[in-house]
Amino acid sequence: MSQQTSTQSEIDKLLQKAAPGRAQFEDLVVVPIFAIIVALILGGFAMLATNVDLATIGQSYVALLRGSFGSINALSETFTAATPLVLAALGIALGFRAGMFNIGAEGQLLMGGMAAVVVGFSFSGLPMIIHLPAALLAGAIIGGLYAGIAGWLRAATGAHEVITTIMLNLMSYRLVDYLLRLPVIQRSGRADPISKSVLESAELPRVLEWIDPGLRLHAGIFLMLGAVTLVYWVLFKSTLGFEFRASGESAEAARFAGMRSGLIIVVVMAFAGALAGLAGANQVLGVLGRATPGFSAGIGFDAIAVALLGRSHPVGILMAGILFGALEVGGRQMQVDAGVSIDLIGIIQALIVVFIAAPLLVRALFPWGFRHAAKTGKE
Amino acid sequence: MEVELRGITKRFGRVIANSDVNLTVKAGEVLGLLGENGAGKSTLMNVLSGLYRPDAGEIIIDGTPTTFDGPGDAIRAGIGMVHQHFMLVPVFSVAENVVLGVEPTGKLDYLDLPKAHDQVRQINETYGLQVDPDALIENLPVGIQQRVEIIKVLFRSANVIIFDEPTAVLTPQEVTEFFEIVKSLRDAGKALIFITHKLHEILEISDRISVLRGGKIVGGGDPKKLTDIELAEMMVGRHVSFGVDKKPYAPGAILLDVQNLTVLRGNDDVAVNNVSLSVRSGEIIGIAGVQGNGQSMLVEALTGLRRSARGKVLFRSRDITITSPRDRHRLGIAHIPEDRQRTGIIPSFTVAENMVLDTYYDDRFSSGLQMKWDVAHKKSAAVVANFDVRTPSVFTAAGDLSGGNQQKLVVARELSREIELVIAAQPTRGLDVGSIEYIHKRMIDARDSGNGLLIISSELDEILSLSDRILVMFKGRFVAEFGAGGRPADKNAIGLAMAGVTTQAAA
Repeated sequence: MSQQTSTQSEIDKLLQKAAPGRAQFEDLVVVPIFAIIVALILGGFAMLATNVDLATIGQSYVALLRGSFGSINALSETFTAATPLVLAALGIALGFRAGMFNIGAEGQLLMGGMAAVVVGFSFSGLPMIIHLPAALLAGAIIGGLYAGIAGWLRAATGAHEVITTIMLNLMSYRLVDYLLRLPVIQRSGRADPISKSVLESAELPRVLEWIDPGLRLHAGIFLMLGAVTLVYWVLFKSTLGFEFRASGESAEAARFAGMRSGLIIVVVMAFAGALAGLAGANQVLGVLGRATPGFSAGIGFDAIAVALLGRSHPVGILMAGILFGALEVGGRQMQVDAGVSIDLIGIIQALIVVFIAAPLLVRALFPWGFRHAAKTGKE
Repeated sequence: MEVELRGITKRFGRVIANSDVNLTVKAGEVLGLLGENGAGKSTLMNVLSGLYRPDAGEIIIDGTPTTFDGPGDAIRAGIGMVHQHFMLVPVFSVAENVVLGVEPTGKLDYLDLPKAHDQVRQINETYGLQVDPDALIENLPVGIQQRVEIIKVLFRSANVIIFDEPTAVLTPQEVTEFFEIVKSLRDAGKALIFITHKLHEILEISDRISVLRGGKIVGGGDPKKLTDIELAEMMVGRHVSFGVDKKPYAPGAILLDVQNLTVLRGNDDVAVNNVSLSVRSGEIIGIAGVQGNGQSMLVEALTGLRRSARGKVLFRSRDITITSPRDRHRLGIAHIPEDRQRTGIIPSFTVAENMVLDTYYDDRFSSGLQMKWDVAHKKSAAVVANFDVRTPSVFTAAGDLSGGNQQKLVVARELSREIELVIAAQPTRGLDVGSIEYIHKRMIDARDSGNGLLIISSELDEILSLSDRILVMFKGRFVAEFGAGGRPADKNAIGLAMAGVTTQAAA
């Protein structure tokens, strides 16, 4: 009997989670904050080097903050910009977790956006409750299928997804150009490549119009929050996510455990493509209202940085996406208020990514911000 | 040359890895350093090779106290280390690897490779190492790669050479050859430290033995006066039984029936050549053989990881030749893979995640879409306790456990589900005595409770102590069978069969 209870207490002890360590907190919170500070300081030096005086530098950073978080309009713009970044980055992160380096979000986003536009301007007379989901779904499905090509090539032939997704990106640019000139898609009376406008019944409704009709924030933000939750569930709670993560950490061990690696590759790529396609649909249905060449605006590439910055964790990606959205929107304000080039924002974004990718560098720069890292040794 | 470690203490945070350790090694002798995984052997040697600075104690070389500020200092003092995991550039040649970092240069700082070749050749001749300086590392077998590491150390004119678990990666033949090299180094006046947890090896090669347990020297002496039992008890600190108690041999129905199986490696390379065998419930079949004679391919074919070219595999009379690995798992076939780090566990996953790695889809742990992590955690904790896997919690990353506990985790995972047949490849490779003893006991328990086991091992002692019947595999065929009605198992005869020497009785 005493034997039994001692085993029970042993089992209870095994089930106790260690409290999250300070090192974890430092990695997830302290490092990014310092990275942003260092990036802003170095950005200041970059401005100094281009003969901007100190007062203007100060003014421009005030504008950056004000333009991104300083008013309801600023917040609305920040979240509008963050939404497609987060959606596409979630897909890229799923790929990372499963060991796939998907560079093709840009192409998947374009294809998904095109599909959403086509559904969005066709079928007039449908109620919104059918039309909008149909357009979104079309974007997700086409994005998923487009990425699925790369997944299938990898699973069936071993062709590396970095190469195939880059090629699919290039193809998607020309394909969009071609599609936009097709009579069924091109806006009537126009010679340049531009699509017909999305019908109102397929538009993502604006959510803050009751405060001010100028606020552009649209229902895509709920899509984004839903996707964050969904991806979190998939990765950490679902059976499928367990397979994704197992294949990503050790494809061989996953195979030995009876998982079907080929199928997992195709499924994860399709999933990632669907999220990127949704990001494209979000842009055309919520912001642009139509498609033009290059409407993706590099979101698919920025999303790679967002996924890395968010450490492939849904919550981290949400934060990183908001940061990138804020920088983009605040950068515009910077240009208006202080006359500083918007290119500077690109430099600051890049610096933040570099510093977050190099936590040791940040720790070395700010030794007082971190508890002494105990030297660990292994027997 | 004589090196003495005096009163060495090394702490990592609150963990004391070495506590007041004294050790001496002289020119022309082999010091055997014995200890279980985690006993502090590697830490001690990292202190000696300048990687760690001790918290207390000193290193005395030829009577002079010395401090090392880094590995460079130790190398200059003539101390070299051959690591367990080789540090070689696979696409470089032997000579290039040897000179890496200390390249001989000629005028204008150009790399003098011919000179490097000559120097490698010279070392080769002095110690009888026989390594082609032009061969690419990636084309060399592990045993030869190890010699390259030895040449590297000699090239840096080391007089004290530390071997960290040098035989863990070698086949029995390679071990014999390696021992010849060790002897020739010793006779040339080098001081050698041989780290291992294998008892018979340390008894064979050492001139003196020190045993480390829990960071302290707990004993040692002259190998001629020590027995393996005494050493094992010093090492683990309690009584160790080498023999295994098992119930009398009473085989039941045939579980696994392999008929004329041929397996290819690549396109035309026959790895397993027309073999047949059967495993009954309540018996252990041991497949002995030097690694690389088709055992791995046979296991992959039996577990469904590799297509077989010809022949049939039946499980309980059901044809499973083309059944998927997952379905074979479900039918009750357990697989303990040979490479636990690469295929047995996922090191970055938690103990619990590894525990359900091949049963996560099961009704118990998954509702189809969603994992029941609560159930999985509780079940894992129970299995961990039951199989004595030493881990702080089930949320610890499996990679943080010691090798023995990682393997216990794999064994626990496979034996704790509903199974009838166990296919275990190299189940105790690289493990300490305590873990080996434990894993053997669990496998005997599985046999006694009516499971069939197929054990593939290149450790002859393991095969001999566990198996009811023994098959010897050589070049893809079974060349001899021992035990259970046939020839009695005899270590010598099995050893000969493993080397491909067939006697008239061989099948």
